[in-house]
Amino acid sequence: MKAESFDIDERFVFSDGARRSIFTILVIGLVLFVIGIVMLVTGGGHDEAHALAFAGGEGGTTSEHGHHYSWTDRLIVNFWINNVFFLGLSIIGVFFFAIQYAAHAGWSAGIKRVPEAFGSFLPMAAVLMLAVFLIGNHTIFHWTDSSLYDKSSPNYDEIIAGKQAFLNLPFYLIRMVVFLGGWIAFYYALRKQSLLEDIEGGTKRFWKMKTIATLFIIFFAVSSSVSAWDWIMSIDTHWFSTMFGWYVFASWHVAGLAAISLALVFLKEAGYLKFMNESHFHDINKMVFGFSIFWTYIWLGQFLLIYYANIPEETIYFVERLESDFYSKFIFFNLFVNFFFPFLAFMTRDSKRKATIIKIVCIAVLIGHWFDFYLMITPGTLKENGGFGFLEIGLAMIYLAAFAYVVANALSKAPLIAKNHPMLQESLHHHI
Amino acid sequence: MEKNKHFLVGIFGDQDDLLHGVEDIRKKGVKIYEVFTPFPVHGLEHALGYQRSWTPKAAFMFGFLGTCLAIIMQVGMMVIDWPMVIGGKPYLAIPDFVPVTFELTVLLASYGMTLTFLFVKGYLPHKVPRIFDIRATDDKHVMAIDLANNSLSEEQIRSILKDVHAEEVYRRDFTDEENQSSFIKYVVDLFTNGVTRSSRIAHHR
Repeated sequence: MKAESFDIDERFVFSDGARRSIFTILVIGLVLFVIGIVMLVTGGGHDEAHALAFAGGEGGTTSEHGHHYSWTDRLIVNFWINNVFFLGLSIIGVFFFAIQYAAHAGWSAGIKRVPEAFGSFLPMAAVLMLAVFLIGNHTIFHWTDSSLYDKSSPNYDEIIAGKQAFLNLPFYLIRMVVFLGGWIAFYYALRKQSLLEDIEGGTKRFWKMKTIATLFIIFFAVSSSVSAWDWIMSIDTHWFSTMFGWYVFASWHVAGLAAISLALVFLKEAGYLKFMNESHFHDINKMVFGFSIFWTYIWLGQFLLIYYANIPEETIYFVERLESDFYSKFIFFNLFVNFFFPFLAFMTRDSKRKATIIKIVCIAVLIGHWFDFYLMITPGTLKENGGFGFLEIGLAMIYLAAFAYVVANALSKAPLIAKNHPMLQESLHHHI
Repeated sequence: MEKNKHFLVGIFGDQDDLLHGVEDIRKKGVKIYEVFTPFPVHGLEHALGYQRSWTPKAAFMFGFLGTCLAIIMQVGMMVIDWPMVIGGKPYLAIPDFVPVTFELTVLLASYGMTLTFLFVKGYLPHKVPRIFDIRATDDKHVMAIDLANNSLSEEQIRSILKDVHAEEVYRRDFTDEENQSSFIKYVVDLFTNGVTRSSRIAHHR
């Protein structure tokens, strides 16, 4: 991929071809989704098949819960998985953008509109998060059952009652609204400054953006961690891990970087961002490589301590996943796709610069981290009734189409190159 | 065989002069022995026509060696030689082996790469480095041209260097006694005479 002569005022045109591709993904996703639902409603799926093989579980919570598994549960859980995953991709776009400003990075000045456009999915993701939570909170979160906190009730759970100060509906909803609202507010503040810079020029907007970006990073440091406890860790209510915030952040971050890298490759191949050379791709893919190792480090850090200490209340999380015939395959698939594959494929210098290898590895990393979230959320919610089929694939494709549409649309709204960025020249002549 | 070396040294004050100078000189068919700069000059290795270093490959091989050694060591100790039950885990507790494997991989990769580099470039304790001009550590770029390696005469190269704006051009001869000395001789010297590397360099200059 060589740098060519380019137009500084170029704009991304959301062409009919691109729309058609996204529409095709959407239609295939919808068809698979409907087939998946029909299969679940009529055949009941393969629920019984692995019900016996399941060894873990939180001491018969299903019976305490007093409701039985139905296909709507699986639907709601899948909505939650995709919500969290695509919200992550979107917020990591903003986070990456903010980091570039806080660190005074010059190399990325020319490509900054791409991660910036990722943030445009945030409002939609936020609405979906709130909607799915309000509709399906009993399915996803065991702790929303009010009888757990009632001493006279047979369902009374001392451990969960002890967590009531944190895990109660009003406070949970306040946190959710504050985090999502904060992220959206920071995104729009950054976007506004960025667009004003295109018109005004000068360094005033740059310094303003640096301040906003720094404040956002501080806010994100806390909110990403707490949101990981809220949205994912509280599914396994009895269980906790002090590394979980980092773990979710690492998963989001590497998936977000892979998505940015993939978007850049597609844009470059479609004839946009012609100034980009191999060095830009090398740099962004170095980060994909590095952060896939970071994710593995956190994964092992969490696993090793639990494995070594062998305390039942901690091991339950991995017992549920590793002892189950159904979920254990995904754990090993996860480790292979998210660590060994990018580690070996991206190790050499040249592979980080070739479009074909970048596409294969980044798509693999994105799929792998979708399964990472699948593994975090499904075993705790659906227990032995979890499955993977057309419903999962279809819904993920629908979300992908929506995400791609919103991002491409936002990308076409602003010039593709931030022509008044004070460090643009450094990016245009980037060479390592 | 003559072991003495004769060099022509060009001093450059400006990095752009140096970069263009290197390109022009190479175009005229002069082979450059080495360029010493006080700071990394971007694009210089490209201008000098250097091939990509193979040290990353050495690093990978050493790292892989480290992984293998770590696994062999741990399996040998913990599974074959003296199996112990620790915390109710199986003898072959793979997750527990990961940190040690990681550390040995990193250790061997980094030391292996560094030592490979030092060995290949001849930066060993008994070697006395050829110091062409001490200002290369301060504010001047120093270009060395090996006269024996070039077909052009000394005068011709001298005028080419002047053409590309070298601030100074002079001849530097190394008798190179020290460079031929063996490692064993160095160690014997060190213990009998207490001759250290720094005192030899000082003497040399």
